[in-house]
Amino acid sequence: MERCEYACGTNDHRIDRRLFLGSAAAGLAGFAGFNARASELAAAQKRMLVIFLSGGVSQLETWDPKPNTDTGGPFRAIPTSVPGVHISELLPLAAKRMHRLTLVRGINTAEDEHGRGATIMLTGRRTEPGIQYPQVGAVAAKLLTTSTQELPGHVQITPGGGSGFNKDDAAFLGPKFASVTLADGKPPADLLRPAVLTSDADREREALRQKLNAKFAQSRKSAQTEAYTESFEQAAKVVAKANAFDASREDPKAADRYGRHDFGRHMLLARRLLEQGVSFVKVSHTNYDTHHENFDFHIEQLGEFDRPFSMLLDDLADRGMLESTLVVVMSEFGRTPKINDRYGRDHWSKAWSVAMAGCGLKAGAVVGKTNANGTAVTEREVNGGHLFHTYFKALGLDPTKNFHPAGRPIPIADPKASAIAEILA
Amino acid sequence: MPTLNIDPTKTRVLMEFKHGRPLIGCRFDPAGRYLFAASEDDTIQRFDLLTGEKTSFVGPKSWTRGLAFVAQNPAVVPLAAIPASAIAGATTLVRKPAPFTLLSGDYHGKLHWWNGTDDAPKPTNSINAHDGWVRAVAVSPDGTTVATCGNDNLVKLWSALDGRPIRTFEGHLSHVYNVAFHPNGQRLVSADLKGTVKDWDIATGKLVRDLDAKVFHKYDTGFGADIGGVRGIAFNASGTQLACIGITNVSNAFAGVGNPLTVLFDWADGKPKLLKPKDAFQGTGWGVHIHANGFVVGAGGGGQGRIWFWNPADGANTHTVTVPTNARDMAVHPDGTALAIAGSNGTAYLYTMTPAPPAGTPPKKA
Repeated sequence: MERCEYACGTNDHRIDRRLFLGSAAAGLAGFAGFNARASELAAAQKRMLVIFLSGGVSQLETWDPKPNTDTGGPFRAIPTSVPGVHISELLPLAAKRMHRLTLVRGINTAEDEHGRGATIMLTGRRTEPGIQYPQVGAVAAKLLTTSTQELPGHVQITPGGGSGFNKDDAAFLGPKFASVTLADGKPPADLLRPAVLTSDADREREALRQKLNAKFAQSRKSAQTEAYTESFEQAAKVVAKANAFDASREDPKAADRYGRHDFGRHMLLARRLLEQGVSFVKVSHTNYDTHHENFDFHIEQLGEFDRPFSMLLDDLADRGMLESTLVVVMSEFGRTPKINDRYGRDHWSKAWSVAMAGCGLKAGAVVGKTNANGTAVTEREVNGGHLFHTYFKALGLDPTKNFHPAGRPIPIADPKASAIAEILA
Repeated sequence: MPTLNIDPTKTRVLMEFKHGRPLIGCRFDPAGRYLFAASEDDTIQRFDLLTGEKTSFVGPKSWTRGLAFVAQNPAVVPLAAIPASAIAGATTLVRKPAPFTLLSGDYHGKLHWWNGTDDAPKPTNSINAHDGWVRAVAVSPDGTTVATCGNDNLVKLWSALDGRPIRTFEGHLSHVYNVAFHPNGQRLVSADLKGTVKDWDIATGKLVRDLDAKVFHKYDTGFGADIGGVRGIAFNASGTQLACIGITNVSNAFAGVGNPLTVLFDWADGKPKLLKPKDAFQGTGWGVHIHANGFVVGAGGGGQGRIWFWNPADGANTHTVTVPTNARDMAVHPDGTALAIAGSNGTAYLYTMTPAPPAGTPPKKA
């Protein structure tokens, strides 16, 4: 049997997590110091939501408009609920909630390729040979999920593609913290009992399994059998909470408020999962890679984004969850100030924006500035590393501490950067 | 009108009018003295074809694409009749043209009135016409009524004199890209993002029928967005045909991978005929015209630009001209001998379609 590549590196953890819903019995031997932190947080459960606008949303059509300039395009900048702060007219509902938002306008990640740009934004680091860093969701799941949590700590809701499990995004943190993908917001595969299997038959089957396991364990108990047992138990907990994955159980009025389209439904599901205690949810909205007819497509895409984003902020606030939930709206980069000959904007990472809200942040704050036509950062330039520090600092954690995969100290966040203190509460 | 001495195969640049910012739309005034070109700098530029003078129309706070005119019996200034010495220089020989009104619609939803011949033009009237972009403006044949359409999915009629609202047409389910009056003045067509062309009775406000131009629309499932729209629209002079131009065969909306297409409707029975470019050109059709000589001319771009000529009888693309820039709009001169292209490179090109002049005559620059 091969040694596993993550965490404690023992032979006890060679379980293929694909066999089980959402967990494997990964030990915590490599993460000394964080169990205590997670239990502290259990009393005040923190969570994180990333809304990923895939393809690179235009900062000029969202958070940092430059109307009536050579780069501004046709849209207005509109006032918001924070005096002196204007955002694009394409986000009228978000503008009314600016007092809940925190904007970072001076981002320079210097990476215009989709994959590498996403890596920077999701791991806080550039792609490096020889090491893969865990994504923010895996880190959040690792540091925020309590031992009593029944649902997976790291969930992705995607517009399409396949559902499943993404072991790579947890890197050395181990498959326990890798994301479970809910494609189009559908529940994990095999979550629900097949119709041909009655609940009585299911109970009898489970009883037989436990009886046979117990007999086997009398003479062959090992770390592996314990791991299998634990995984089955964890899967059973997820199955018992299957309803958490079903957004159709929400009040139909909520579905109306969020919008009866895929992204509205996905955001409603995200709220539901956060309410159920999932530590990290990432919702992707596609797509914003508008090399052609940028303005028409941003009308359409932001028209879908604005309402459910605003409703979700309202709901988190109304439920008293906004103070303990960090919300981040990001892309892999922004879009060129220069408008190309097909009314498009191309990839641009030199001066762009991210919007945040919630836990640990100064609501209504704006940090960072770009010049008059958005072609350069003029004040408080930050990169993905600064943002990564900021997320975990806002969540009340210390991103300068280390993980210790195979005994090697690796800081949670890039030590070359630090948190953006100006926006931390 | 007698058949003009036009040879599409002789189409060539006659004049270039340069502006510092990309152009979005272009139209000739009814007399053909001026070429108006709207720009990404929120202005409309007026180029005097006789003197070469350039005048900025400043006022809108956003882009303009819809341009239309009200003029009383304009005397067309045929380009061929202009002495070469009077073009781009001989200002003392040129009289000021009869007044006319320019109407422009911008992407902040406003409709503006201008005195088209003013030396320092400012809007003389402005109204809030649509919630969102005004995508097109048209004036009725009798000059009394203005039609606008826009991103609020509405089509509206206004008094050309004072902007008083006359009627709103509801029924489109997506952004309305274009609008045109039938030459008989009794019907109005409007065309939207999803390729629905609505034929309205102006007097009653009722929908007469829908024409199907859905070939222009696609929902790109990969990017989760709609692309389409009738980008250019035109009746022939007798109103027996309606031409619509746009993009089709889209395989990648966000990279603009698709092909230009003209759909030519028989007005009587609504049957469409597809006019395709002969070459495998990737881009969007932006302007179309049914010429008095019977051919259809369209223009568009996607990196480079093209002007296509079609024989509607057999749908053949009989000639194609390469334009050095993305052609974002096209207008045909009232005398029918020339057409203008609004270039994404900031240049408006005046092409003549008449047989070539004596060898050695260079294109005139404004």
